[in-house]
Parts: sequence; structure tokens; C-alpha cells
Amino acid sequence: MNSLIDLLSITILLMNLMMLSSSRISTCIRIVAFQGILFGLMPFVIHSHAIALGAMIYSIVSIGLKGFVFPWLLFRAQREANIRKEVEPIGGYPLSLLMGVAMFLVSFWLSSRLPYIRTVSSDLVMPVSFMTFFTGAFIIVGRMKALTQVIGYLVLENGVYLFGAALLIEQPFLVELAILLDIFVAVFVMGIAIFHISREFDNIDTQNLSQLKDWVNTK
Amino acid sequence: MLSIALIIVPLTAGLVSFFIRNDHYRRGLFIGSSGAHLILTSLTWFRRPGMALSGWFALDDVGFIFLTVTSLLFFGATLYGIKYLDDEKRRSRDAPGDNNANVNEAVFSGCFLLLLSTMTIVIFSQHIAFLWVAIEATTLASAPLIYFHRTKRSLEATWKYLLICSVGIALALLGIFFLAVANKNGQDMLLMKMIEGAAGIDAPWLKAGFLLLFVGYGTKMGLAPFHTWLPDAHSEAPSVVSALLSGALLNCAFLGILRGYQICIAAGLSSYCREIFILFGLVSILFAAIFILGQSDYKRMLAYSSVEHMGIIILGVGLGGGAVFGSLLSMLGHSLTKAGLFFVAGNIFSYYKTKNIADIKGLIRGPTRWSGVLWFAGFLLITGTLPSAIFLGKFIILKEALLRQQYWTTFIFLGGLGIVFIGMARIFVSMTQGGRRTAIAESPLYRDDLIKIVPSALFFLLVVITGLYFPSLLTHALEGAAKELGDF
Repeated sequence: MNSLIDLLSITILLMNLMMLSSSRISTCIRIVAFQGILFGLMPFVIHSHAIALGAMIYSIVSIGLKGFVFPWLLFRAQREANIRKEVEPIGGYPLSLLMGVAMFLVSFWLSSRLPYIRTVSSDLVMPVSFMTFFTGAFIIVGRMKALTQVIGYLVLENGVYLFGAALLIEQPFLVELAILLDIFVAVFVMGIAIFHISREFDNIDTQNLSQLKDWVNTK
Repeated sequence: MLSIALIIVPLTAGLVSFFIRNDHYRRGLFIGSSGAHLILTSLTWFRRPGMALSGWFALDDVGFIFLTVTSLLFFGATLYGIKYLDDEKRRSRDAPGDNNANVNEAVFSGCFLLLLSTMTIVIFSQHIAFLWVAIEATTLASAPLIYFHRTKRSLEATWKYLLICSVGIALALLGIFFLAVANKNGQDMLLMKMIEGAAGIDAPWLKAGFLLLFVGYGTKMGLAPFHTWLPDAHSEAPSVVSALLSGALLNCAFLGILRGYQICIAAGLSSYCREIFILFGLVSILFAAIFILGQSDYKRMLAYSSVEHMGIIILGVGLGGGAVFGSLLSMLGHSLTKAGLFFVAGNIFSYYKTKNIADIKGLIRGPTRWSGVLWFAGFLLITGTLPSAIFLGKFIILKEALLRQQYWTTFIFLGGLGIVFIGMARIFVSMTQGGRRTAIAESPLYRDDLIKIVPSALFFLLVVITGLYFPSLLTHALEGAAKELGDF
């Protein structure tokens, strides 16, 4: 039981590192999708004995959204916006990987600093959820394309979700669905924005988005 | 079921608006539903709605003030907005090639009303996690509004807004999960229950959770140094939308922080929160002061002034005691004044077609006469000239800072206000005074129509009146709210 959770956590950890080192956007989208499915399974694994109907429906909806709908949206955006396949990290892949390791260490330190909670079933879950969160933040900052920023946002959300699932935080069913709906609409709106960005600028490098600043005479 | 009606009316009207083709019907619905919202809100002045949906929705004193401001603001904005949409439509008919005039009115009015509905949910929501859902929803409803003009610049602003706020709000969600861990009594995250059971809350988790919540919602509230999306979004959005962002949306995020603070007060952690509030309040004031000094774009200047005011408001809450009253009063005054100023900025922009301060001279002469007068009046009000709600608010905060012998805080606060005053005085004086410069791009058809002037004039008048006289209703609500947040 515990070992299964550990296994899941380690898989997610490795996926984060893979995401940081992969050079293709399509690989990143697939990894996010797979992570989404794993996170959706987490509630089943963590309390396998008595899972409520609401939680079950929620998990299924969440797997459907994160595992299938989001990747479909992202692939569509990539196709329609005619985006080149490379990720184009700022600072190269070795640095990204190194940062990944550093983030993992920081996550471990951070969760060791937080007070003990009895509901945690495995020592690995919390550090891994923090690391996923940091990985998402790093992808948002360290990748140039608007699409990769959306991927980063999804990874970050996954980290938050994993934290919630790992600590058995149960919100009322309606709230959980509403949170999912919000994230769905967010990704949807961002997808539309990406489409517009690619149309206006011919590509989606966020470096183009640098017209607005202070101290510059706008003329 | 007043509370439900307040949410449902703009929600349905907004959804329906997307599908109405006829401009007249859609605009009728637009103004009708926001008018209905204001009427329903005024009913709450006489009889507070009770709890709805098993305590998930309720209107306390804090919420009451926010609701009144928001509803008033939206009504003013729809009045102004109708005229704005009409002008845009005419412009796009006259010049089909004009990039600026690509108008999708149905999306605009639909999102506008959805924003009103989601904000009302934020105000009523008593469930901490549901509050998060509503705040994120306000971001999503307002993003298409910022992108209304469909230019490269507005696209950039929208993207920054979406991404920065969404990430910020994801942080707040993590904070809410932390609060849930802290809440050992059970999983119920209703505000009232958490306050009642505050004795059993785990302090370290609550502290960490509150910090995340503060940074997350603080991003959306526009506190420095997390404010980076704010000047871009405010300067690129249509002015009527900037008015809503500044006057209502920032307040909603502030409310999110206040809800977390209420739990912390009950758990005896208020001094921890208050130190954070004071620190970020002062940082915001200083940041804004520096950026206002060298500003060359008058809408960005207004945006930085919003950062400054958010700083003042959070500083007031941080000082505690009587300053909370002052800070709520400041919020009220700021929302109305800033919205009015943005309306006038919209008038100026539609005449001069530029946001560059140096290109504009002699506003109080010629066809922009009334806008010029209001522009200068707004400057006096926003910098806290007597008599206005903003002056009273700032004065009360200052008094409390001195009473608590926080001399450094007082010094930085006053210094910041001084710099802001100098910076803004330079800009406003050079824009309103001087000989008129006939710019090439001036639109010859521009007139200061009554409908473009009245909403700002009314808002300014209200701010002046609240500086002189409080109706007892308002006093009660402000005192009640200050008590809930005052940590006496």
C-alpha cells in the first residue's frame, strides 16, 4: 500500500526531471497528460478501502480533463498556431536539469520544516508535490513560448492538486468540481490567447511580448 | 433569496448577451441588469439578506461595503459603457480598416455582466475554497475585456494578466490547502466555523497558509512587488474596463486576503499578519511613488496610483484599531474616484488618440472643457485634498500610526504620499493647463457628451459628500466591519 504510493511519487518525480530535459513540446504535453492521469488515480491508491461516490466521480472527471481534454487542446493549439517543435529553454538543458535537482532538495528541506501531520501516508508525497509545483514555476519562467508557459501552469496546478490529494484534503464535491472547471476555462482561454498571439506576431515567443514597460516614451 | 437574485440576474443576463444580435436589445439588457443589480443592492441597505445555501452565502458588514461599492461602480460603468460601445461601433463603421475598432460587442457586454456576477459571488461567499473559485473566475471573465481592442499591445497585456494572476491564484489555492491542514476540527471550511473553532487551529500551518494566500491574492490585488501585470492591463484595456479593474476587481482580491486575516485574528495570530500588511503596504506606496514620478503615460500613472492606494489600504489594516475604519473609507473613496478618473481618461483618449502625457495640453479649453475640469478635480480628490473620503481615510490611518508610535511607518507613509503628490501634480497640471496644442490626430467630432461626464461627476460628488457627512447606515456598516477586522 505504502510502497505503491512511493512508487507513484517516484514516477512523478522522474517525470518532472524528464519534462525539464525534453526538447520537444509534444513530449512535454504527453508528460503533463500522463501526470494528470496519475494524479487522478492518487485518491484511489491512497484510500483504496472506502472511496466515496463523489470522490470517485471527481477523480474520473479529473482524469478525463487532465489526461485527455487538456492535451487535446494543447496539441490543437500547437497545430493551429503552427508552432515549431523545440522547447527552446533559456539557459540550456543541463542547467534546467540541475535546477530540477536543486528544486528537489529544496522541496525536501521545506517539507521537513513543516510540522508533522498524521494523515500523510508516505514521506515522499509532500516533497514531490512541492517539487512539481516548483518545476511548473520554473517552466513558466525559463521557457520562451506561450504554449510552454501554459504547460508550466498545468504542472504547477498538478503540484497543488497532488498536495491536496496526498494530505486527504477533501473539499465538498461541488467545490472540487468548480475548481476543476476554473482550471479548464483558464486553459481554454489561454489556448485562445495563444492562437491570437501566433496570428498577431507570426510566432509565440513571449519575447515579442515586451512592448509594455515604464520609462519608455511610447511614441 | 436576495443574495441568490443578486448573483443570478447578471449571470443569466451575461450568458444571454452572448447570443443577442440586435444592438438595442443587448444594450437594453446590459443596462437593465446592472440597474436591477443596483436596485437589489439598495434593498440590502434596509434589510440584510440572511444566509443562503446552508451558510455558504451570507452578507456581513465587510461584504456589505464591498457590495455597495461594486454595484454602484458597475452601474456607472454600464452608463458610460453604452455610450462607449456606441462610439466604437460608429468608428468601426466609418473606418473599417482601423485596427483599433475591431469590435465584438456581444462578448464585451457578456463578459462584463459575468464579471459583475462573479464579483458578487466573491463578496457573498463564506466558504474559503469557494471564494477561491470565484476569484479565479473574475480573472477569466475579465481577460476578454482587456483584449477588447485586439491589438498587439492589448494582447500582451492580456497574456501577462492571465498568466501572472493565474499563477498567483494557484499559490493561493496551495494556501487554502494549508489552511485545511491547519483546520484540525474537520474539513469544513466555512468562515464562521473556522473562526469559531480557531482555538484548535494548528498555528504553523495557518501561518504558512496565510502567507501563501497573501502572496497569491496580493498578486491580484496589485501589491508591490507582485503588481507587474497591473500597469499593463490598466493601460491597454478600454478605459471603462480599467475603471472596473481598479475600482472593483482589486477590492475583491483584498476581500480574499481579509477573509484569511479574519481566521488569523480568531486564532490569535493577528500581529503576525499585521507585520506583513505594514511591510507590503509601505513597499507598495514607495514603488508606486517612484514609478509615478517619471511616468509618460497617463493611464499607467492612474494604474500606479491604484498600487499606491492598495498599499495605503493594506497598511491601514496592518496598523489595526481605528486605522481599519480609515482603510475601509479609503477603499470606498479610491474605488469611486479612480473609476471616475478612468472614465475621464477614456474621454481624453478618444479625443487625442494618445496616452502620452507630453502630447496633451490645455484640456480645460476647447471641446474637452468638462473633461478637463473633472480631470483636475479627480486629481485633487485622489491625492487626498479636503474634503473627501480619501482624505478622511488617510488622516485616520496617519493618526493611528502616530498613536501607536510607529514613527518610521509614519515617515515612509507621509514621504510616499508627498512624492506621489508631486509626481501627479506635474502630470495633471501640464495636461490641463497651457495653450491648446492642436494635435494632428484629434478627432473633430468629439464632444463632451453628458453621458460621458455624468458618471464621473456623480462619483466625485459622492466622494466629497462622504468626506463631509456619513449616513448612519454607512457608519454602522463601517464600524461593524472595522470591529470584525480591528483586533481591538
